[in-house]
Amino acid sequence: MITLEIAGRQVQAEPGQTILEAAESAGIHIPTLCNLKGLSPRGACRICLVEVTTWRGKLVPSCATSVEEGMKVVAHSARLRELRRTILELLFAERNHICAVCVSNGSCELQDLACELGMDHVRYPYRFPGLNMDASHGKYVVDHNRCVLCGRCVRACSEVEGAMTWGFSRRGVDTLVATDVGSPWVDSKTCTECGKCVEACPTGALLDKRTSVAEQEKDPEVLSQVTERRPRV
Amino acid sequence: MNNTKQIAELVEPFAGKPGELIQALHRVQSELGYVPLDAQEEVAEIVGVSPVQVYGVLTFYHFFRTEPCGQHVIRLCMGTACHVRGADRVLQALSDELKVGLGERSEDGMFTLEGVRCLGACGLAPVMMVDDEVYGRLDPNKARTVIREYRDNQE
Ligand code: SF4
Ligand code: SF4
Ligand code: FES
Repeated sequence: MITLEIAGRQVQAEPGQTILEAAESAGIHIPTLCNLKGLSPRGACRICLVEVTTWRGKLVPSCATSVEEGMKVVAHSARLRELRRTILELLFAERNHICAVCVSNGSCELQDLACELGMDHVRYPYRFPGLNMDASHGKYVVDHNRCVLCGRCVRACSEVEGAMTWGFSRRGVDTLVATDVGSPWVDSKTCTECGKCVEACPTGALLDKRTSVAEQEKDPEVLSQVTERRPRV
Repeated sequence: MNNTKQIAELVEPFAGKPGELIQALHRVQSELGYVPLDAQEEVAEIVGVSPVQVYGVLTFYHFFRTEPCGQHVIRLCMGTACHVRGADRVLQALSDELKVGLGERSEDGMFTLEGVRCLGACGLAPVMMVDDEVYGRLDPNKARTVIREYRDNQE
């Protein structure tokens, strides 16, 4: 067992656990977005940033940083709040998040974060990119306008389903999630139509076909329910 | 048009080596001049990665092209000196003349238009190369004339 301090409290953790896991088991909440229980950590979004006092105040993603004996972690501060809010605003400004017409309105992790972090407005100009949707698949739709590139679909599909249908294409501001060789989803030879990617997606970017505004409900916990039932190897 | 057997032969040395995907694509491109999009699934199968990993690598690196090159490759300098001296207007003229954007091949297959960082000939800015030939002090008209000369010589 390792003992460390998170948000002023003594916390016990197993070696190899992340700061986020240690915090959560002690009932300390840290906001997250790209992290999802049951999937490997990726450190993609940086919403879960914390400050490690014992590392000279270094900022690290708590979902992807292992605990250390004697570590002191600041989980909440004015500085962290501002940083998290800035990251969130940049995510909103990057694509077209118009909640009022979104299938996930009311059950969206991005929207929940905006409420939690008190994001009452966005200080950056919206980019309004004209991105495509792919509604070729019979059961699901991907709308790139609402994608935050968290990679949860990519990991759910490769790590839990083992189909490896999703990946990232292009780069930088042009990055898009893609299926197989960039062909329409319906042509995918690897997709098993299991729906895990849709459940894993935190926003309205992946949705069930025939859902309308505010109708999409998701159950991202199914991923960890599946992995926890699997025998450890 | 893509010869399955040829792709298989080219990628064979990397069979079952997912870590060497880039080398495999490199080999295909150096032999064929480009990586045909319809070869992606086959490369994935042989190298042992998922199709989307091949697609991801191909679209991530500007080095890889997924369409055959034109007979002549135009490299227009987009570096600082050329930029300052109006490379964007030359680009516009070339795009209009060839009806292509950067990185694309003209419909007749004669030209591929590419933007490069610096040709090391800033004194001649704005400058472009067509194959091994350097054309400097360009303006939109001069650039169009160069293209037309290539076309005339072809006929
Ligand atoms: S439905 Fe299942 S197999 Fe298909 S892309 Fe989504 S997670 Fe992968
Ligand atoms: S589609 Fe959804 S799960 Fe996939 S990267 Fe985009 S936001 Fe994340
Ligand atoms: S939740 Fe930790 S970086 Fe995204």
